[in-house]
Amino acid sequence: MKIAFTINGSSQTVDIEDGNTPLLWVIRDILDLKGTKFGCGKAACGACTIMVEGEEVRSCSYAVKFAEGKKITTIEGLGTPENPHPVQQAWIEEVVPQCGYCQPGFMMATAALLEKVPNPTDDDIDQNIINVCRCATYYRMRKAIHRAAEIKNNSNS
Amino acid sequence: MSNKEKKSKGISRRKFLVRGGLGTLGVLAVGTYVFRNPLRRSMLEMAETMAPTYMGSGTEPNLWFELTKENKVIFHSPKVEMGQGSFTSFAQMIADEMDLNIDQITVIGAATKTGVVDAMSTGGSLSVGGLWQPLRELSATMREMLKIEAAKKLGIDVSSLSTKEGIISGGGKTMTYAEVANDITEWDIPDTPELKPMKDYKFIGKPVKRIDLNAKVFGDPIFGLDAEMPDMLLAAIIRPSVVGAKFKSADTTKAEKMPGVVKVVLMDDWVGVIAKSYAQALAAKYKINVDWTIEKRYTEEDLRNMLQVGKGNQSITQKAGTALNSNDNDVISMEFTSPIGAHAQIEPNGAVADYNNGDITIILSTQVPGATQKVVAEAFDVDTEKVNIIPTYLGGGFGRRLNTNHAVQAVQLSKEVGKPVKYIFTRKEEFQHDLFRPPTHHIMKGKLNNDGYLEALEHHYASGDVAVNALIMPRILTSVLGTDLGAMRGGQIMYDKVPNHRAVQWHTTLPFATSWWRSLGLLANTFAIESFVDEMAIRAEKNPVDFRLASISNEGNKKRLYDVIKLAAEKGKYNDKPVNGRAMGFAASTDANSPAAHVVEVSIEDNSIKVHKVTCAFDCGVVVNPDQVKAQCEGSIIMGMSGAMFEKMTLEDGELTPTIYGPYDMALMKHAPKQIDIHFIQGADIPLPVGEPPMGPIGAAVSNAVRRLTGKRLTDLPLKLS
Repeated sequence: MKIAFTINGSSQTVDIEDGNTPLLWVIRDILDLKGTKFGCGKAACGACTIMVEGEEVRSCSYAVKFAEGKKITTIEGLGTPENPHPVQQAWIEEVVPQCGYCQPGFMMATAALLEKVPNPTDDDIDQNIINVCRCATYYRMRKAIHRAAEIKNNSNS
Repeated sequence: MSNKEKKSKGISRRKFLVRGGLGTLGVLAVGTYVFRNPLRRSMLEMAETMAPTYMGSGTEPNLWFELTKENKVIFHSPKVEMGQGSFTSFAQMIADEMDLNIDQITVIGAATKTGVVDAMSTGGSLSVGGLWQPLRELSATMREMLKIEAAKKLGIDVSSLSTKEGIISGGGKTMTYAEVANDITEWDIPDTPELKPMKDYKFIGKPVKRIDLNAKVFGDPIFGLDAEMPDMLLAAIIRPSVVGAKFKSADTTKAEKMPGVVKVVLMDDWVGVIAKSYAQALAAKYKINVDWTIEKRYTEEDLRNMLQVGKGNQSITQKAGTALNSNDNDVISMEFTSPIGAHAQIEPNGAVADYNNGDITIILSTQVPGATQKVVAEAFDVDTEKVNIIPTYLGGGFGRRLNTNHAVQAVQLSKEVGKPVKYIFTRKEEFQHDLFRPPTHHIMKGKLNNDGYLEALEHHYASGDVAVNALIMPRILTSVLGTDLGAMRGGQIMYDKVPNHRAVQWHTTLPFATSWWRSLGLLANTFAIESFVDEMAIRAEKNPVDFRLASISNEGNKKRLYDVIKLAAEKGKYNDKPVNGRAMGFAASTDANSPAAHVVEVSIEDNSIKVHKVTCAFDCGVVVNPDQVKAQCEGSIIMGMSGAMFEKMTLEDGELTPTIYGPYDMALMKHAPKQIDIHFIQGADIPLPVGEPPMGPIGAAVSNAVRRLTGKRLTDLPLKLS
């Protein structure tokens, strides 16, 4: 079956036998966007987090058929080194990543949170940022999330 | 402090070769094998102090550096990058001794075919310390080689040349390193130059940003599972869910007819499915019915029967004064336990492999490129040189990737279909076929003297394999007279002024694989020892910090431990009255010759333990990158909290469970302390281990705070109030 959607601003049509294939594998192996990670395949760790229509989605457990006509953003579409998203800017300022594998998922979850809650409190962060980081970079991540909100709000004003 | 590393020879001229055809300049050097003296006492001392020693891979010259036409240096690192930040520290060392900027340096993991890989592994928190001397010497030698050639080309005496940011200047003329190196085929190689004094370093000792920061923030494809080869297929493997189950037979008919399936492979003890996509390989995998021979279904009870003090192989790893008499009524005794722990690194294991007429190429996340190369060569009966292992950035290591023998299965699958194959573990495979942190059982015994200080302290502990049966080390290094040197980490009594002290290990090999987990025995051993010492202080009605200090020499190498304890207590305000409803907890440890002490501020909220603040004092000698050493401390502390407060695997009806995050409870954002303060003391003049030692005290420190808050002594990990 053919499925059409917009990913990182460009239109894509993929031809796939099984519409129930997780969107994660379409993004990684057909569209060759490797920034979205496979962690558990059961929506339990958040390494595969992307945005669909601005909402946080764990792509390992989201069938590609549901992407039809939707607007998708992955880490590659969030920002670039020349023009980083506030979340990426903050992540660089706070030097958050260690091994780095889970970080795109956390950054996507944070970007989605800031769309809904521009000034998240510590409690908002605790309730909403529930991905798993084995290097346990949480301490710097919390600082980076607050900093990202600040950068984003300053650029909007 | 051990000074073994100072005996290592410089990179002499004999060991230095230059090769053309690799960019502008390829520099090769011979690894120096420094490790020696396999006697028991020095082995135990080595395990205790872990003097950082780079173990080069033999006597053949290997590629270390390339200088490119763009005037950049590519460093082929013998150590891999798994988050610990070593690549950045290496770049700092190269930049300072070669007079380059950080952005002129690229660091990549050396492939076995072209570069030098550490003969042991990347682990033990030894990367930066291990390369501290040889890497700076190599860099300084290269700088001098370039100056010698520049002097010839410019017609200026070498002594009047200076170097800065990859440019050589003198007599009003300049040349870039690349311009100098261009067309040079015969190099003069000087004796190893003297290294710069610490005060002249521009990058070493400074909080240089991680060199992999952009790649990791913008989602570059740098990890093992991101690798691809042309025309590659994908594969999944079936492994048993039950511990010790043996493959009997399988019905693969349905799977073979599934969409995208290229081949189903039946081996002696596993089944592989190769398909066009990973989703297809997985879908087919679930259609295969496998019959397993199951002789026994182990339970938690079996485990506790096997693993206890008094069972297995006994070895006394430390002995001073006399042993406690069990009939002595003044002896206080307590038991502690820790459960099986999973690595749970977020990047699952896997490998991309290509078998091409006996030439084998494997791209994967591994801490042991060298050992993996050997295992694959043996499995396919080819010369070692025929196997090229290309290590990538690791999506977490933590000791899990000190055995990456699954590369053999990836190669087998590639051989079956004549195409490159990428094999990826499922999360269930990760949780059930991990090389777990072994469970432990501890009996602590102690006795106070008439003044209320420790007169005797004994740690009796049982553990499954850590170093014993491990892939990476020669047998002599994993076990000396039956002692598991990994299980021993943190198990020795560090209170040298206690006249009678000893540590006794009981080692048992369990029916499932256990091995290295960040800091090895340290977390559990320190939990037992430091909880008990705290309890003894309470019974003696003494301040727990003063009680500890009274039992440690304030001189020699012990002064470093003494100093971190004092500093942590002071900076963490251990003796101040805490905020209402909170209590302070204290603990210290010495792992791998890097002492650490923590003060934690804890409360009880909704019947669970909440850690608000951690103050850590740490002596890891020279701090090459203060920002990244702090990052390692923060990560070690929170990962240690996760291990001590949440994580637990159990054996249920023969299966290791749980098999997914969530049910495998781990520390998340909401559990992380809102404040972590790190204070350094530099008590040695070389960089000492960083990645693991700060994990040691955290479990005990939290438990000691809970004791103060509730009066209750928790004796089992994970720490639960009820």
